[in-house]
Amino acid sequence: MSKLHIVATQVDSARRLRLGYGLNAAASLLLLGTIAAQYLPLGLTNWRPTLYAYVLWAIALCASQVIVRGEQGKRVLFVLPAALFVASLALFPLVFGLTIAFSDWNLANPDGRQFNGLANIKQMFGDTYFWRSMGNMGWYVLAILAEYIVAFGLALMLNAEIRGRKFFRVAFLLPLMLSPVAVSWMIGKSMLENRFGPVARLLRSLGVDNPTFFGDPAIAKLTIMLMDAWTYIPFMMIMLLAGLQAIPKDLNEAADVDGARGVRRFFEITFPIMARVSITAILIRVIFKLKLADIIITVTGGGPGGATDSVTSFIYREYRDRSNVGYGTMLAMFYLVVIVIGMTGLIKFTNRWKGADA
Amino acid sequence: MSVQIFHDHPADRIPVKRRFGRLALYAALGLWAFVCLMPIFWTLTTAFKTAPDVMKGHILPWIDFKPNWLGWRSLGLSPDTIAEPSSVRGEFLKRFSNSAVIAVTASLLAVGLGGTAAYGLSRFDYKFGFMKNDDISFFFLSQLILPPVVLALPFLVLYKSMALLDTRFGLILLYTLSVLPIVVWIMKDQFAAIPSELEEAALVDGLSIWGAFLTIILPLSLPGMVSAFIISLVLTWNEYFFAALLTSTHANTLPVMVASQTGSQGISWWSMAALSFAAILPLLLVGILLERFIIKGMAAGAVK
Repeated sequence: MSKLHIVATQVDSARRLRLGYGLNAAASLLLLGTIAAQYLPLGLTNWRPTLYAYVLWAIALCASQVIVRGEQGKRVLFVLPAALFVASLALFPLVFGLTIAFSDWNLANPDGRQFNGLANIKQMFGDTYFWRSMGNMGWYVLAILAEYIVAFGLALMLNAEIRGRKFFRVAFLLPLMLSPVAVSWMIGKSMLENRFGPVARLLRSLGVDNPTFFGDPAIAKLTIMLMDAWTYIPFMMIMLLAGLQAIPKDLNEAADVDGARGVRRFFEITFPIMARVSITAILIRVIFKLKLADIIITVTGGGPGGATDSVTSFIYREYRDRSNVGYGTMLAMFYLVVIVIGMTGLIKFTNRWKGADA
Repeated sequence: MSVQIFHDHPADRIPVKRRFGRLALYAALGLWAFVCLMPIFWTLTTAFKTAPDVMKGHILPWIDFKPNWLGWRSLGLSPDTIAEPSSVRGEFLKRFSNSAVIAVTASLLAVGLGGTAAYGLSRFDYKFGFMKNDDISFFFLSQLILPPVVLALPFLVLYKSMALLDTRFGLILLYTLSVLPIVVWIMKDQFAAIPSELEEAALVDGLSIWGAFLTIILPLSLPGMVSAFIISLVLTWNEYFFAALLTSTHANTLPVMVASQTGSQGISWWSMAALSFAAILPLLLVGILLERFIIKGMAAGAVK
């Protein structure tokens, strides 16, 4: 039953039905006609006309809903435009991408697309650089646990009785506002510069000889992790802070009466209550982490030797350097399958944990 | 219906008793504030440095070094060059306006599409084929998991065949798609907090459902819409991956310009710092002035 009850008189007139279905049919014919015309030698150089015809078709579909279904159609009109938008911009390219993934297609090559069956998959299993980037993603995702601990600490501090809370909240939020590309220069290319960067200078004065941040594979990976953490810790911090502030006050009072203090109080009361919020925050953070690319593309370009590559930055270079659309798409599709399986498993697992907890 | 998320009233505060504990607390807060603000301070001051200042590692303006307009002059944005024609400034302003137009349009579109969808899902029962309300919600939210790289190459091919490569319109469509799930997430939470009796009263008074939505619900949900809009704005303003792949000369956004300068060796630190700072300044201001909306939006869904 809908949350909102509406009693409306529905006038089903044959004329309205005819009008609605007629509109739909006309728009569909126009769309099909345009698609057919693209293949005719009419001098059409691109698929723009089909795009326009499709937009018209979508508008006609929405309008016919209201004409045919009346009140019910007006309700559908709330969701339909967004659903059509996502379906045509996400689902259609996804299906189209599958046809690209099984082909050898170099955009610079005039021969165009060549179907090559499973050759891309075969190539993928032999591509050590790709598997290295998959492995790196594992490390990058694991780093979220450390980010979570820091974010929780910050949220606890902001939740305590402090002066200048507003100042600290804004200051802690600011890194999230900055474009990763600008951060790449601000931190990666200037503050972490080997000769003149302030961090290198500080380390030298502490007795470290020739500090480098992107030369050694392990250190380079760690530096990328730190830069990404710097940008995104505020995100988890705010979700956790909202969770902390939603804890009922009488619970804290009860804890006071029971004499639960400090560390014990945190682990026996605060932390279990925060489990739900924590899981949500970590899951969303994992989703964002899986898209990590900007910093890597602009600071290290995947180096040294692929040690900092994320899957996204690897595929980006695969396209930029070799403009091989087919192989790149196959890698992306494989990545998507891994993500969907992994995330489904993770959500199932945490749901069970949440269920057992409640 | 604004839900108060952060309680700043003295009565809400948890007392920290021990004096040493307080000292440590402020030290930690100060340290993290330093970590957050130092790169921003560094970028701003470096934009006013000259070569010797950079090489000697001067940090504090007026004390360590004398501020100089060198970096801003190379962008054509210093006081003495602002009146003269400058190709770099023209380039910068073009990228800046591209970023602004694309981010604002995409965010408005996303709030419009996502807001109405979230409202419909929070009020009515739908059945699209086999999909019920929960499935439709999942359909929208699941787009969040879709990594951009999966869509990137198909879009490249499709846009090429539709002559949408290197156009603002092409990027706007993609950016709207990428922030739509976040808008739906925030707005669903927002509409769920508004009692449906309000519209029922309006419907009895003779308004249509769209009339009730536009005149009653929209004003009430405005704070949530502003949150969703600002968060979309932040994400789309900073987006780099799609912009780098799908634009080349006309529709480049600011991050693409910053990245292309970063790549070239030998570009001076002061101009790079000035450029970076100019690129982050709008969002710094948004963050400082509209912090409440951002926090409210991000807290949506965290607490249920």
